[in-house]
Amino acid sequence: MDYILQGFAQALKLLVHGDPETYSAVAATVKASGFSMAASLFLGVPSGFVLGYLHFPGRRQVRLLVDTLLSLPTVFIGLMVYAFISRQGPLGNLGLLFTLPGIAIGQTILALPVVIALSATAIESTDANLRTTLMSLGVNRRQLLFTSLWEVRHGIIAATLTAYGRVMTEVGISMMVGGNIKWHTRTITTAIALETGKGMFATGIALGLVLLLIAFTITLPASMLRRK
Amino acid sequence: MKRRMGILVACSSILLSVLTGTPAWAAQGQTLLMATTTSTDNTGLLDYLAPEFTKTTGIELKWTAVGTGKALKLGENCDVDVLMVHGPAAEKKYVADGFGIERREVMFNDFVIIGPASDPAGIKGMSVAEALKTVAAKGAAFISRGDNSGTHKKELGLWKEAGGMLPEKQSWYVQTGQGMLPSINIAEQKKGYILTDRGTFIKYADNHGGNPPLIVMVEGDAGLRNQYSVMLVNPARCPKIQSELARKFNDWICSAAGQKLIADFKLLGKQLFTPNAK
Repeated sequence: MDYILQGFAQALKLLVHGDPETYSAVAATVKASGFSMAASLFLGVPSGFVLGYLHFPGRRQVRLLVDTLLSLPTVFIGLMVYAFISRQGPLGNLGLLFTLPGIAIGQTILALPVVIALSATAIESTDANLRTTLMSLGVNRRQLLFTSLWEVRHGIIAATLTAYGRVMTEVGISMMVGGNIKWHTRTITTAIALETGKGMFATGIALGLVLLLIAFTITLPASMLRRK
Repeated sequence: MKRRMGILVACSSILLSVLTGTPAWAAQGQTLLMATTTSTDNTGLLDYLAPEFTKTTGIELKWTAVGTGKALKLGENCDVDVLMVHGPAAEKKYVADGFGIERREVMFNDFVIIGPASDPAGIKGMSVAEALKTVAAKGAAFISRGDNSGTHKKELGLWKEAGGMLPEKQSWYVQTGQGMLPSINIAEQKKGYILTDRGTFIKYADNHGGNPPLIVMVEGDAGLRNQYSVMLVNPARCPKIQSELARKFNDWICSAAGQKLIADFKLLGKQLFTPNAK
């Protein structure tokens, strides 16, 4: 079991000595998850808002669908995205297979239901009196919308962090769509899978700690936003 | 408040440097994409060959390491340019079906059956057929890749040649569905026997500082040869693939220089692959 300790020591060494392979995997992870988070927030927050704020026919059915999609398995997303962007697939001409944007597409599909469902819940759970109070204060519709959005910012941050956690830690999409290509599409998680496969458990643990460190770096500013 | 801002700035600058730090080692220019088997990658052979190939030809080699079954499928879907695989029977069918062209044998190593030093079924030194029959008769644990890889295909062929039934649901027969080294690690935990290519076995022994818990039980049988070939994905089916670059790789690895590099690749002082391009 000495590889557990070795893992901790090695994690430090990889970071301090600026191991190029590790930094390449860190960059791939941050880039792919950055793209996918931007896309899923851009699409997901407005959709979540519509779903939680407006009452339209079929709303409950849409909600049920979104909640079901929370359980999308990452390997399945990987396989479906592969089928579409493979050169023989309908989007084959775009050349997205084995690229970071390809991974980002899959991760967006993974994150989108999380962002939609959690932001819809956040909006639903704001004080129902808020709207009436604001209306009685004579605000117009646009002000009403922005005030409601501002009130649910904590819920949106929570949705973002939850989605980010899923996106950063997934292996299935990155492996299938990215192909785990060294210097290009090898992310931290596919690197962990590879090192574990090679029996290099200490390196796998070290990379896991590196991933946690990135997560910390990203969560810290968000948690400070929340405290304000 | 000021301190918080300080941390915020520090965090974002770390992120920014990671994001913008384009790797200097990502060579610009021509890139060749190969699908290959886990053994060529896990042993470190490709990490050793790729820079040499780039030095000679200026072409960057990228590879995705999957089982032979998936590698062939990626080629069939036109997603890679060149294949380096080890399932001769499947490869010949693949070429006959028009998916691959210019298949050339480049190197071989051999398969070995390894098992715990205590040898619970007593198969050490037997022929492959005898060993498998004994394992089956005694119900000793046998670990199989079970993933349609080159090694798995080989194993199924050996069971067939041994004349018995193909094991499938027997309690002693464990199908992992994983790569070679993970499967060996499972065999180690279960104190079972497993068929592996010798290259990966040497790598496994190297991981254990040259003193592995599983050792070679059966080797040297003519039926245990493990042949690797390189072939191009058929450009007639896949117009977008880079068949010129793929052909350059095939020519290079079969050249005297490429073959010598393969022969010189050693772990624990042992040669892992024997070049045999014609």
